[in-house]
Amino acid sequence: MRKCYFDHVATNPLDPRVLDAMMPYFKEEFGNPLSIYELASNARNAIENARSQVASLVGSKPSEIVFTSSGAESNNFGLRGIALARQNEGKHVIVSKMEHHSILNSARFLEKMGFVVTYLPVDKHGLVNPEAVKKAIMKETTVISVIHASSEVGTIEPLKEIANIAKEHKVLLHTDAVASTGNIPVNVKELGVDLLSMAAHQFYGPKGAGALYLREGLRIAPLIYGGIQEGGRRAGTENVPAIVGMGKAAELASAEMDERARHVKRLRDRLIEGVTKVANVQLTGHPADRLPGHASFTVEYIEGEAMLLFLAAKGMYIASGSACSSKALKVSPVLLSMGIPAGVAQGSIVFTLGKGNTDEDIDYALNEFPQIINKLRGISPYAKGWDEKDESHKCFTT
Amino acid sequence: MTLKFVENIKPDVTADIVYMMCPMHLLKLDEEMKHLENGQILEIMTDYDGALEDIPGWCEKTGNEFLGIEESEYFYKFYIKKARQI
Repeated sequence: MRKCYFDHVATNPLDPRVLDAMMPYFKEEFGNPLSIYELASNARNAIENARSQVASLVGSKPSEIVFTSSGAESNNFGLRGIALARQNEGKHVIVSKMEHHSILNSARFLEKMGFVVTYLPVDKHGLVNPEAVKKAIMKETTVISVIHASSEVGTIEPLKEIANIAKEHKVLLHTDAVASTGNIPVNVKELGVDLLSMAAHQFYGPKGAGALYLREGLRIAPLIYGGIQEGGRRAGTENVPAIVGMGKAAELASAEMDERARHVKRLRDRLIEGVTKVANVQLTGHPADRLPGHASFTVEYIEGEAMLLFLAAKGMYIASGSACSSKALKVSPVLLSMGIPAGVAQGSIVFTLGKGNTDEDIDYALNEFPQIINKLRGISPYAKGWDEKDESHKCFTT
Repeated sequence: MTLKFVENIKPDVTADIVYMMCPMHLLKLDEEMKHLENGQILEIMTDYDGALEDIPGWCEKTGNEFLGIEESEYFYKFYIKKARQI
């Protein structure tokens, strides 16, 4: 049976060239970067080389890159670290309703500590209105966090406009660019952000390596105290092979980004065109301003989980709900915040394509997926339509 | 050791290590002082209490002049004048 991996926003396969770069640091170059002998300085130099490679991918200075263990850690560190470091200036933070759990739950943690959090609404495409950001800013606001591109619906947010507003009001702007970095051009200076989170495994690097861009001169409270690693900002002996892998993956992403994006965008457009021909299937997220390899849909009258199981049985690996946590969610808060009824949001499905996908994969998906939908609708108690059901599922939240 | 409090000192270089723990205060101090000329003043901003003993102690040991500290709302500013090459 054909195997098709359509879940690149959950994670990417490791590029073999990245693995080759990492291998010496698993084996002979095992030194602790903090030690003073040659073995250690090799590891230290490898980390600094990776820092330059990652900085070059996002247009920052190497000294502005702090390595972490993941995108989630970078998000926690960015939002909580700045909110805590600036709490003497104010205890108000702003996040959008499009955020990943690592931002939303960090915001909830801050609320428990006495901070006030404003959750920005989004429109039907998942876009944050910059005017809403402006209205939400108060004298006590210290930091805003808005995702760069949604992993769930692919929408790319108008960060530049939001950054201008943040600057005008002297508020810092953090962005979760985990899904976008390495896949579309991300330049911290052009976007105008003060902090930016990224993760290596979203651009064919290893899991266990992430980074936070922290604009020069900003104070941040560490999440992990201990030694002097990462300039005293993030203690713990560095995951040298993973950091080296992140650097190599960043270098490859810089060089191959246009070609990769062109390839997945063409396949994505074919997929969207084919899948939306099926009745009562809607594209979610923005039709144009979206990640190049991202195709997300709601399929009415069916549960996402059921589709996943049937698709997996046909060798297609796909996500439902928040793209990397289908186990954690029943109904996606992101889809609800976009005004999609809870019942319809149950039938969400997310295809995310990568450089390894081919036209044959899309042919296969377009042949099998409509059959699966028809089969499931045949046995669905909701197949005749929502009108016969009670109204409890129509809980719009804005 | 009694600490000397000072006001309105104009530093030549400032190092902001607020939120960074031991031993960043000594590493940063050492690194920044290497780049200063004799007679120039370094300001270190830190919220680490251990620096209250360590920085004057480091100055004594290395023969540099500890001018004093200024307290702000939630961190200290240390002023060190370079008196000799390190």
